[in-house]
Amino acid sequence: MMLEKGLEERTFYLNLGPQHPSTHGVLRIVLEMDGEFIVTADPVIGYGHRAHEKMAELRTYQQYLPNMGRVDYLHALAYNQCYCMAVEKLAGITVPERAEFIRVITSELNRISSHLLWFGAYLLDLGAFTPFLYCFDDREQILDLLDRLTGSRLTYCFYRFGGVPVDIDDDFIAGCRAFSQRLRSRWDDYDNLVTKNVIFIHRTRDVGILPPEMALQYGVTGPTLRGSGIPYDIRKSEPFSVYPLFDFEIPIGERGDVMDRYLVRLQEMEQSLRIIEQALDKLPNGPIMAEKVPKRLKPPEGEVYTAVETARGEFGIYLVSKGDVKPYRVKLRVPCFSNLSVLPELIKDTMVADAVAILGSIDLVIPEIDR
Amino acid sequence: MKAYVKETLTGFYSLLAGLGVTIRYFVKPIVTVQYPREKIDMSPRYRGHTEFLLDPETGSHRCNACENCARTCPSGVITVTGVKVPGTKKKRAVTYVLDYSLCSLCGLCVEVCPTNALKFSNEYRLAGYSRQDMIIDVMARLKAQQRALGLPEEVPPAPEAEAPAPEAAKSGEAES
Amino acid sequence: MQFFLAEGARLGLGLIGVISLVAVNALFLIWMERKVSAHIQLRPGPMEVGFHGALQTIADALKLIGKELITPEDVDKLIYLLAPIVMFLPVLVSFLVIPFSPTLLIRDLNVGVLLIFAFSTLTVLAILMAGWASNNKYSLLGAIRSVAQNVAYEIPLLLTAMSIILMAGSFQPSVIVSQQAKVWNIFVQPLAFLLFIICGTAETNRAPFDIPEAESELVAGFHTEYSGMRFAIFFLAEYTNMFIVSAVATIFFLGGWHGPFLPPVVWFLLKVYALIFLMMWFRWTFPRLRFDQLITFAWKILIPLALLNLIVTAFVLKLVR
Repeated sequence: MMLEKGLEERTFYLNLGPQHPSTHGVLRIVLEMDGEFIVTADPVIGYGHRAHEKMAELRTYQQYLPNMGRVDYLHALAYNQCYCMAVEKLAGITVPERAEFIRVITSELNRISSHLLWFGAYLLDLGAFTPFLYCFDDREQILDLLDRLTGSRLTYCFYRFGGVPVDIDDDFIAGCRAFSQRLRSRWDDYDNLVTKNVIFIHRTRDVGILPPEMALQYGVTGPTLRGSGIPYDIRKSEPFSVYPLFDFEIPIGERGDVMDRYLVRLQEMEQSLRIIEQALDKLPNGPIMAEKVPKRLKPPEGEVYTAVETARGEFGIYLVSKGDVKPYRVKLRVPCFSNLSVLPELIKDTMVADAVAILGSIDLVIPEIDR
Repeated sequence: MKAYVKETLTGFYSLLAGLGVTIRYFVKPIVTVQYPREKIDMSPRYRGHTEFLLDPETGSHRCNACENCARTCPSGVITVTGVKVPGTKKKRAVTYVLDYSLCSLCGLCVEVCPTNALKFSNEYRLAGYSRQDMIIDVMARLKAQQRALGLPEEVPPAPEAEAPAPEAAKSGEAES
Repeated sequence: MQFFLAEGARLGLGLIGVISLVAVNALFLIWMERKVSAHIQLRPGPMEVGFHGALQTIADALKLIGKELITPEDVDKLIYLLAPIVMFLPVLVSFLVIPFSPTLLIRDLNVGVLLIFAFSTLTVLAILMAGWASNNKYSLLGAIRSVAQNVAYEIPLLLTAMSIILMAGSFQPSVIVSQQAKVWNIFVQPLAFLLFIICGTAETNRAPFDIPEAESELVAGFHTEYSGMRFAIFFLAEYTNMFIVSAVATIFFLGGWHGPFLPPVVWFLLKVYALIFLMMWFRWTFPRLRFDQLITFAWKILIPLALLNLIVTAFVLKLVR
């Protein structure tokens, strides 16, 4: 093992993954270690490659819909939305306002569920087991709500070109309001159990500082970027759907450390709740599906790029059509790929425990990186 | 020195606050369900695998074997065969088989169906010992449902068709 | 001759009693841990085997016994096999001097406290052996962490123990207990109790100080490569260590067997299990400290406080006597 070349061999290699409790999937990080300290880190990806981009070329526009629930399974609805927006833009379909509202409400609910899962899993990385179960209890309420609407609990395939297939009912609206009340009543417990906990603060404050310049250089987006103090959120900077109608803030951090990323996510959940409540208040009546959407969709020749803000950052779809029933090429710009690329810089010269804390704070969904 | 003492004390207090939270939850009632003994009802829109909607008027399915579902399915899950109803231009399904192991539960087949013949079942316990267990004969499920309701089983593919139907049904089975 | 026979019988009976206590205690504690964690997390915990899952650990133990003992290829066999035994032996020895009641103790040594502390240090050796011999980088890191941690926490643990021993003027556990008939030491020495519990948690490698086996970092730490009954022995030793630390804390601070109405043994066990509950409560509440923070915490907070406590105790004792 490490001493085979004699005592002068200073560093050794440690495989963090592909099957490791804190990589949350099949990610492998080759760490060059000097005792407990990490000298270099080299992420190895591709274990979960499913050729989602290639699949698009072999399927019709409709048939590609279920794939969008499986790239990033934790915030599937944002991916649904982005793809639908891309095709709608290409085919010139206008979505009725009520459908846009429903999309925003469900997508924001999904964002909260994604952040809640991150919160729990992150605390698991730091060695606290119990918050995981508490947020899963909360998350379960969202899943129940979305289950009632969309029929599935995780890999949603809900939006359609031109709208949404089912309308929301009063039960759903009441459920949303009850949930936002419930989640707000839990912040205190989360604060006392986690945010104010001195061990947690010591584990996260000034750990893994990501300077804003470096974040920009690596193309980092999402809460990881906002934690570094750059208020870049597609919902505000390039508004899509009906987001301009709502009043919400973009929480940012100051130092760019793990703690800031954590706080940004917690505050984003609160902002998402605000968006949901406003959307429920302003919900217009009307159709939920555009009038004339052909069953065999053949968008005209052209290319289009749409981007949405997912729970992890900017997700973009670049879609090229040659006027066929199948897309000519689909390129998915996934946030975690860029976010992961900054990891080696962040975990250089830290300890293994910090590396785990930093890795968790970027909120990676590995199948999304591999696509 | 003062900061050191203050930090130690606030840190200690924060730990106590955390302990307070967990002990409060310790005495709360549990929220989980002991699965095999207790079960949660699936929501009405829960997407299980598809099955035929039992048409209350005819007491049978509405599928006319147009194969729209089979064509729209992203994973090629559905195999449907039908026979022509004599005297009309319509077709009627005789077999409808799902390979559930490939299904991604997107629901496109249900939406694309022109006669609204399909619905989602509430089946969620779908573990099996082999891949064969994942192949679901939707027609057989419908027949079981009809038997349970005391409805007459639809043996011929259509009320008028008598002579050519059984042969066609056989060939349909052989294909699947 | 008579003396040796009597003592031999006493030791033999004691050993049988201790081994059965260790086994039953571990079975109970594992069940308790699962129940406590479950209820903190709003789950029911094991419910299937026996009443509220009471026999679950027995089922698990049977499963572990039935498992194949895998010895990885490139391990240092002798040390690898010895480590679980070294882990377990000191645990047994410590029971020799724990007074469960005025009459129920195996040997009333006048250096009993020293014996416990001396032998409990051996668990570090076992962890180091396990980590080194496993030929696994995660195990080795776990072992290195464990040694540093145990060395650091031994000091404040002994310093706080010293302040109690100063008050009692004896290393004999039964003497320390009998002096607390009126007032328990926890009311005289609350700070020392706190320090002792913290250090005890660290000594037993329990969360939030479980860095030698931090599963999110080191997979399973020093026992990554152990399976079946060998792993079970590490597990057994961990829970028995918890019992010993709690028992020592009970002797030092909670007045041992003293208490009204109930028989002394019951009081003793009640206090021990209450302290164990406290340690479980810690584990299911707090995140894990980082390795360097753990050491910093020991050297910058615990040791100064323990020293301060010791000095104040010595002064007050001098003034009072």
